[in-house]
Amino acid sequence: MNADLAVIGAGPAGLCAAIEAARRGVKVLVIDENDRPGGQLFLQTHKFFGSRHHMAGVRGFHIGNDLLEEAKHEGIEILLNTTVWGVFPDNRVAFTREDDKQGSVIAKNILIATGALEKGIFFKGWTKPGVMGAGAAQKMMHVHRVLPGGKVLVVGSGNVGLIVSYQLAQAGAVVSGVIEALPEVSGYQVHAGKIRRMSIPIMTSHTIVEALGNGQVEGAVLARAGADFRIVEGTEFEVSCDLIILAVGLRPFDELLRALGVEMAYISGLGGFVPLHDENLETSKRGVYVAGDITGIEEANTAMDEGRLAGVAVAEKLGRLDLSKAEELKSDIRRRLANLRIGSYGRQRAEGKQEVLAALRERKGA
Amino acid sequence: MPDKLPNTSDDGILSLERIKTIPGYPGDERIEKGPVVVIECDEDIPCNPCEDICPKKAITVGEPITNLPRIDPAKCDGCIVCISICPGLCMFVVHKNYSKTESLIHIPYEMHPLPKKGMVVNGCDRSGERVCDARVEKVIESKKLNKTSIVAVAVPKAYFETVRAIRFEE
Repeated sequence: MNADLAVIGAGPAGLCAAIEAARRGVKVLVIDENDRPGGQLFLQTHKFFGSRHHMAGVRGFHIGNDLLEEAKHEGIEILLNTTVWGVFPDNRVAFTREDDKQGSVIAKNILIATGALEKGIFFKGWTKPGVMGAGAAQKMMHVHRVLPGGKVLVVGSGNVGLIVSYQLAQAGAVVSGVIEALPEVSGYQVHAGKIRRMSIPIMTSHTIVEALGNGQVEGAVLARAGADFRIVEGTEFEVSCDLIILAVGLRPFDELLRALGVEMAYISGLGGFVPLHDENLETSKRGVYVAGDITGIEEANTAMDEGRLAGVAVAEKLGRLDLSKAEELKSDIRRRLANLRIGSYGRQRAEGKQEVLAALRERKGA
Repeated sequence: MPDKLPNTSDDGILSLERIKTIPGYPGDERIEKGPVVVIECDEDIPCNPCEDICPKKAITVGEPITNLPRIDPAKCDGCIVCISICPGLCMFVVHKNYSKTESLIHIPYEMHPLPKKGMVVNGCDRSGERVCDARVEKVIESKKLNKTSIVAVAVPKAYFETVRAIRFEE
């Protein structure tokens, strides 16, 4: 098996890259370990922020459906239920299929678009049934149509925590409240405003101490969190709940990059260790590209545009696009990306991206 | 064990004083005159679908896209088209002088089931507190609204700046 471009991860970044490349005649193979493509788009029932070019006002799952249609139209092959476990120096991508069959593909170029992993926090009782990540709750609700709990405590007031609270309430759960260790809400005011109008309380400067319950979650012990995020002793109190949702941040899902030995750097504004890459999203390994949350935690709209940028860059490299057309397409996409990385929420991501580019230049020069 | 936490943060709530200073506020004078949108958007999020969708070109975001939406009180006629496009659900069309005693508030609504016309529901403020009865005058649901329905409620005039949500028992 061989391909011009192997895309690992069929989320918004991977699908957009595949579509842009395939549109120019690049032979693309997309691989995803899930049983359906689309990544987190199908967990996103809210409308996207941004501009018309970023599908603003359109709901995530509708965008997912559109991308799948486009991918189908381009005749892109997507291997599902397939886990990539290694990428070798001859650009061989090795994977295990659902039935335990091994396989591999040699690809001229590889795009790693594996997205992000949820972070956890650990407390007494955190392994009890009824403690889960926000993504799991969203998947249960939006994909499997199961309400994961009746009375919910949400830990974390970033956009994910605020949105999942809103979605849980829409699905019929009672949200006992959202707690946040920081002294202020981390997500957008408008997202917080939606749940406040539904009378869902938010407790800042508070953290979880323990999940209570016999065999499953029946409540939680909370306490004040000091400036160092430590529990302020003597401030503990209990709240009744049967579900505890952790929405305490994401980090790039970087295992394959590490296996490949791609140069990385820790950039806090991007959510942790991220791969260094150039303006075409090519890493320190020639022919290995990255796009989406693996390059730094952002949103689906930036992931889609990064995917497009990488897809165009690969098509250009393979001679499927002439230089001036490629430059035009790429500068359009870069402009759109820059537009999403402004304002008080976007600035640190823009700075993080600059650090990534500079660090790679520096290491190449050294 | 209590079922609900006490709220300690009003970060999600814009105060009325604050709302009246942002460019999405059409002005007290304009509100007297007839239905008009109040855009309760106060953060520099890169976002502008309201500007695109307004058929009267009454909303301007411009460049950079992080500008707060500015309402032109002369151009907006309270047509409600913008309410459902806003990802932040922060646009409300207010008709203060709907009748001698009542104001009409158009509110985005994404819960199930929808209320029915004629129902009396709880009119709630920005923190979800019930402040008054609200009579449902209109429920607008269409494919075009993309699952953000619009509920218009009549409330006592005293609450035209306060009621921004509804709640009811099935």
